[in-house]
Amino acid sequence: MGLLSKKDAKLITDPLADNNPITIQVLGICSALAITADLKASIVMAIAVLFVLAIGNVVISLLRNIIPSKIRIIVQLIVVAALVIIVDIILKAFAYELSKTLSVFVGLIITNCIIMGRFEAFALANGPWRSFLDGIGNSLGYGVILVIVGFFRELLGSGTLLGIKVLGDPIEKTGVYAYGYENNGFMLLAPMALITLGIIIWVQRSRNKALIEN
Amino acid sequence: MAINTDKNSYTVLFATAMVLIVGALLAFVSSNFKEQITENKRIEKQQNILYALGVNENDETSVEFVSKSIVGEEFKKYITKQYVITGTNAVENPNAYLIDIKKEEAAAKNPSYERKLPLFVGEKDNATFYIIPVRGKGLWDAIWGYVSLDENLVVQGVFFDHAGETPGLGSNIKERFFMDDFKGEHILDGNNTFKGIEVAKGNADPKNNDKTDNEVDAIAGATITGNGLAAMLKKDLQLYLPYLKTLKK
Repeated sequence: MGLLSKKDAKLITDPLADNNPITIQVLGICSALAITADLKASIVMAIAVLFVLAIGNVVISLLRNIIPSKIRIIVQLIVVAALVIIVDIILKAFAYELSKTLSVFVGLIITNCIIMGRFEAFALANGPWRSFLDGIGNSLGYGVILVIVGFFRELLGSGTLLGIKVLGDPIEKTGVYAYGYENNGFMLLAPMALITLGIIIWVQRSRNKALIEN
Repeated sequence: MAINTDKNSYTVLFATAMVLIVGALLAFVSSNFKEQITENKRIEKQQNILYALGVNENDETSVEFVSKSIVGEEFKKYITKQYVITGTNAVENPNAYLIDIKKEEAAAKNPSYERKLPLFVGEKDNATFYIIPVRGKGLWDAIWGYVSLDENLVVQGVFFDHAGETPGLGSNIKERFFMDDFKGEHILDGNNTFKGIEVAKGNADPKNNDKTDNEVDAIAGATITGNGLAAMLKKDLQLYLPYLKTLKK
C-alpha cells in the first residue's frame, strides 16, 4: 500500500488475521453470537460497527489528553452513545426505512465490547489518524468473522443465503430436500454460533501455531 | 500537556462540561428533526394499515408498502371510515389513526378510564375490511401490528412490526412467510367463541392448510416472540369483540 506506511498498514491487516478482535482478543463475542442467525443482519451490523468504531476512535483520540483518567470509561460510553443516537435520529428524519432496519442494532452497538476495548486499548494512547485506521481494521476483522458465522448459520439453519433459498424449498421438498436433507434448527440458536466460532478459532490456530498460548 | 487531569476539581469540571455539551447537542438534534420524524411516523402508520388491507406493492416474497408520495391519497381512497370505539359504541372520527395505542393502554390501567379503540374500515374490491391495531410485548421490546378482518371475523391480512426482536429470529415476524400464514385464519373456534390465533410449534401443519385450527406455524428459535405475538392478538382483538360481534351476519 503506497498510501500508508508499513506500520500504518499493519493496523488494518493485523486485526483481519493474527490479531482478530473476535477470535484472538475475544472481544465483541456477545453480538457475534446474538445477531449472526442470518447473513444480512451480520453484514448490517458489521457496517454499523465500522462507522461507529472509526469515528469514535478519532473522537476519543482527539480528547485523549484532556479526559480525566478516573472517569475515562464513562466518557467513552457517553461518546459512543451520543454518536449512535445522533446517527439514529438523523436516519429517522432522512432515511426512515434504513433506520428501521438499524434500530435493532443501536443497543447492541453501544454495548459492543469491541468499541470500548479499542477506545481503551488504542485510541487513548494514539493519534487520530492511527486510531482511525485501527478502528477500520478492527471493525473489518470483526465483520469478517460475523459474515463467516452468519453464512454458515443461515445456510445450515434456514437453507437460505440473504433470504434466497439456495438449497431448495424445505416444504415443497425440492433441491437437496428431495433427498431427505433437513434444516438444522439448532444452527439458529446462540449455542451453535459459539460452536461455529470455536471451529473458526480452531482452524485459525492450527494454521498458525504461534497463536497457541501455553 | 500542562493540565493535571488527575485532580478532583478537574474531573468534576470535565464531567459537568461533557454532560452539558452532549445533552445540548442531543436536544438540539432531536428538536431540530422532530417534525420530519413525526411526519415519517404518520406515513409509516398509513402504509402499515394499507398493507394489512392488502394495498401494497409486493412481489413474490418482498414486503413493499405503497410509496411515500401517494400514501396519503391511497389512505383516503381505501380507508373509507375511521371509528373510535368505546364498548359497543362507535363514533366516526377521521383522525382515529392518530390515537396512540401505547398511551391508551397505559391510561386504561386506571379502571375509571374508558379506553378509546381506533378501528379502520377499508373498502377494496367491493368487500369491507375491519382493520384493528394491536400492540404487545416480544422478547426484548414492543411488538405491534394491524389485523384486517372481514365481518365473519376471518383474518384477511396482517402486518407486524417490532422495535428490537433478535435479527434473524424474532425479527422474522415482519417477513412474508410468517405474515402470509395468517391470511384466512379464523379468530373464533367452531363454537363461535373467541380463541385468537396461537403461534404453535410442531402443529404438523407447516403449510398452514388448516385455517380453522386457530394456529399458525411458529418461527424456529423465536418462541418468546411468537408467544408474545399470540398473547398480543388475544388481548387486543378481544377488546374489539363486543363491537365486531354486532357486525356478524
